[in-house]
Amino acid sequence: MKFLVCISNVPDTTTKITFTPDNKEFNKAGVQFVINPWDEYALTRAIELKEAQGSGTVTVLNVGEADTEPNIRKALAIGADDAIRVNAAPKDAYFVAQQIAAIAKEGAYDVILMGKESIDYNGFQVHGMVGEMLGIPTVAPAMKLDMSGSTATLEREIEGGKEIVEVNTPFVASCQQPMCEPRIPNMRGIMTARTKPLKVVEPVGEGARTEVAEYALPPKKQGVKLIPAESAGDLIKLLRNEAKVI
Amino acid sequence: MSVLVVVECDNGEVKKSSLEVASYGSQVAQMLGTTATAVAVGEATEANLAKLGEQGISKVLYDAEPRLKDFVNGAYTKLIAAAAGKEDSKIIVLANSNIGASVGSRLSVRLQASLATNVVELPKANGSSFTVKRGAFSGKAFADVVLSGDRKIIAVKKNSIEALHEAGKTATVEAFSASLSDADFTDAPKQVVMQDQAGGILLPEADKVVSGGRGMKGPENWGLIEDLAKALGAATACSKPVSDVDWRPHHEHVGQTGITVSPNLYIACGISGAIQHLAGVNSSKVIVVINKDPEAPFFKAADYGIVGDVFEVLPKLTQAVKELG
Repeated sequence: MKFLVCISNVPDTTTKITFTPDNKEFNKAGVQFVINPWDEYALTRAIELKEAQGSGTVTVLNVGEADTEPNIRKALAIGADDAIRVNAAPKDAYFVAQQIAAIAKEGAYDVILMGKESIDYNGFQVHGMVGEMLGIPTVAPAMKLDMSGSTATLEREIEGGKEIVEVNTPFVASCQQPMCEPRIPNMRGIMTARTKPLKVVEPVGEGARTEVAEYALPPKKQGVKLIPAESAGDLIKLLRNEAKVI
Repeated sequence: MSVLVVVECDNGEVKKSSLEVASYGSQVAQMLGTTATAVAVGEATEANLAKLGEQGISKVLYDAEPRLKDFVNGAYTKLIAAAAGKEDSKIIVLANSNIGASVGSRLSVRLQASLATNVVELPKANGSSFTVKRGAFSGKAFADVVLSGDRKIIAVKKNSIEALHEAGKTATVEAFSASLSDADFTDAPKQVVMQDQAGGILLPEADKVVSGGRGMKGPENWGLIEDLAKALGAATACSKPVSDVDWRPHHEHVGQTGITVSPNLYIACGISGAIQHLAGVNSSKVIVVINKDPEAPFFKAADYGIVGDVFEVLPKLTQAVKELG
């Protein structure tokens, strides 16, 4: 079975977010980039399923410029077999989805996995766009994925519960916890990752459909009003009479 | 053309987030000098759908096909696309929910529309330019996004828009069929399992949240969190370390890699306030922090704080809420 795992290159979760002086772009200076945490579930689960099946391949796909290659190598070190990088900045979800759909179609992948969303743009869009472009089902967000032959059983999170869904390959799923325990690279993985194939291709399709005009940071808080622990009950009065939220 | 609003229903009731979405859609319609039509999905009653008039909706389309009671991605997408065609809608507004995002992303390709999710404010329309403000970087920032193109889909973040309530106004409810066939239901769920919700309040929909961190010392102490939540009519939540060690289920995990909430009131108990947690809560209107460490970074992001032991403070708060009556 052929797995395609889509990863994005995002600022580490501890990053303090700042922007370029015109507020049009994220300021990358001094920022550590990581594999999007949600994508780690997709990657590890694909590797686990391949191992359980005893055959198949896991290909990792990233839409990004050359500076994303360290994290692509990391995905190879974790256990993907080969990688494809589409040589373009990820302009918007639609642009990225077109690249994934084109590669998924050309490579006839059976299972296309990605994280629920990227922690930078938080679009939660690419999964459905790829599914629609390929005319195949999408399950988002998936908390559990098991395969039996060409049939997958997934748990989809819905507000207040979950749905058990069965789909046949090919399909797209966007993954989140508690699907698996994401793996970290071991020394042997890091050594072998250096020689695994990483193919660079140029982007296809139309451009983006959305454009960021300006980024802004949330307004700063005015400062905390402290209430002595002994008179904790006064907080409730303040929440009712001053903040008017209860 | 009218603005099309997707309204999610459950057990006959329109979800709170969908009342917000309906209010958003009707205000966009007003800006554009047109009307707002809703298409309802899930299990609805005609009486509750007619009440969407209070949120400014003129007409509600409802397909009573029983298999639409549960979320089916293929069928919902086709139904909404058909409703958009019937109403000649160039703008579709839905909730930034798991259903809304699943359907909205497919629709954007099918209808060749620009899509913005996680939207927190009404759009700015200026001539041909159409800009929406959305949350980005997991709550650490906002982005003004220009939606180019003729058709637009907007997924509205929960608790970002105040629902309108114009008492007495009703919407016309119209039977609508998208002529769905078995092929549209191939990804129908085999089974739907609902969680036991404390007090029946869903965290993503809640306007008050009481949340616990490692400072609660163990799952056996969660009764203190639940008591306060119950008294306030709030949902319960937790920090990532708490769900990582299985003290609480992961669907209660609030933060950058959990869920992002924006309630009116967020009470954090024994949570230090790591940057990843703050990202998930900093769009809450009022934040209360209770922590015995006065240096806890969460106090910098709080409106009210109590430096003290959660085990002593929480029962006092619960008592004070009960005394309010």
